[in-house]
Amino acid sequence: MSTPPKITVATTWLDGCSGCHMSFLDMDERLIELVQQVDIVYSPLVDTKTLPDHVDVGILEGSISSEDDLEKAYAFRKHCKILVSLGDCAVNGNVPAMRNHFKLADVVDHAYRDTVTVQPQTPTRGVPALLSLVKPIHGVVGVDVFVPGCPPSADAIWYVLSELIAGRMPDPSSVTRFGA
Amino acid sequence: MPPPATQPNVRVVTLNIDGRDLSAREDETIIEVCRENQIPIPSLCYLEGLSIWGACRLCLVELAGQGRLLAACSTRVTEGMQIQTNTEKLQRYRRTIVELLFAERNHVCSVCVSNGHCELQYLAQTCGVDHVRVPYRQASYRVDSSHEMFRLDHDRCILCTRCVRVCDEIEGAHTWDVMGRGTECRVITDMAQPWGESDTCTSCGKCVQVCPTGALVRQGTSVGEMVKDQHFLPILARRRHAQ
Repeated sequence: MSTPPKITVATTWLDGCSGCHMSFLDMDERLIELVQQVDIVYSPLVDTKTLPDHVDVGILEGSISSEDDLEKAYAFRKHCKILVSLGDCAVNGNVPAMRNHFKLADVVDHAYRDTVTVQPQTPTRGVPALLSLVKPIHGVVGVDVFVPGCPPSADAIWYVLSELIAGRMPDPSSVTRFGA
Repeated sequence: MPPPATQPNVRVVTLNIDGRDLSAREDETIIEVCRENQIPIPSLCYLEGLSIWGACRLCLVELAGQGRLLAACSTRVTEGMQIQTNTEKLQRYRRTIVELLFAERNHVCSVCVSNGHCELQYLAQTCGVDHVRVPYRQASYRVDSSHEMFRLDHDRCILCTRCVRVCDEIEGAHTWDVMGRGTECRVITDMAQPWGESDTCTSCGKCVQVCPTGALVRQGTSVGEMVKDQHFLPILARRRHAQ
């Protein structure tokens, strides 16, 4: 008896707190069941450093706040068949987008100069440039599945992945909501 | 319009809502009949015990033979009405209305004191709003924390005017009103003074309890702690109208 081919999954975090990935790990013993059906081919949770060319399900946590976030979102859209926005930051901007009411220069000055007592300086090398406006993922690339929640519960993530593995489109509103 | 006073000898009409044959008093509105019969109709500005405003348009229903949609809160029942409350078209419109409310101001549920107890958040979930398709306006609004017991955050306000109506009709103070047009529209206390300096506010807190979102809250509440209690309203409203 041949086992069905595993579904490939890639994940990454953009401008978020990584809490959605922690919630992912919160699936606990169900993770064992999950790895029998999916291969996690790229993620902060595994070692692989490059995103494969063809991935079945891409999961993005966090909003689009920097050039780096933008590149990752474009890459995920290009290489993933189904793209999932995981968590409120990815779905609606959430806390990262609260800086949109201020000018970017004022935000940077506040964080790196006004409130700093030792060597106030703005980092420029080795860090991606911030965008003036924080956007949800679907503000820059098309998204197939939206999973709101801050973070979405492990049960909600389990439900969404189970449905996708079974070849169905999940209805996340039945299990999670903004701010859940 | 003021809530209709209960009249003696009103006639009973029969109508059909979502395929169910129902009877109702002819002085009732469609939304009242739906609520009595456990037919769910979303609403934000409508609240039993307050006058009818008809602003949020979430309770729109389809009436056979009518080209336009009708607000269930401001339409009285008539004999033989054939009403649909949950068609695909209505679901689409309701979803869009809720999305526009989210896009207009700043409803960041995860850090809101009303998280988990908010009518807008609940409606988003039940209407299937898992994301907002229009760009957010990103407008900045002010917070008024001048009152020693309560706080006003315009970011969360959806301009349902429940606060204005409860203050005027039930408390009798008329501290609240509405000022400005379009995106400048906002609720104000007295002559647009800080709430804490209001001469008319009795600090009864009715406005806070009827507010569907986290726009009017108690001071000192943290994320998810603002639970509202509206049980007083129908009781007080009945006594007011009985006078």
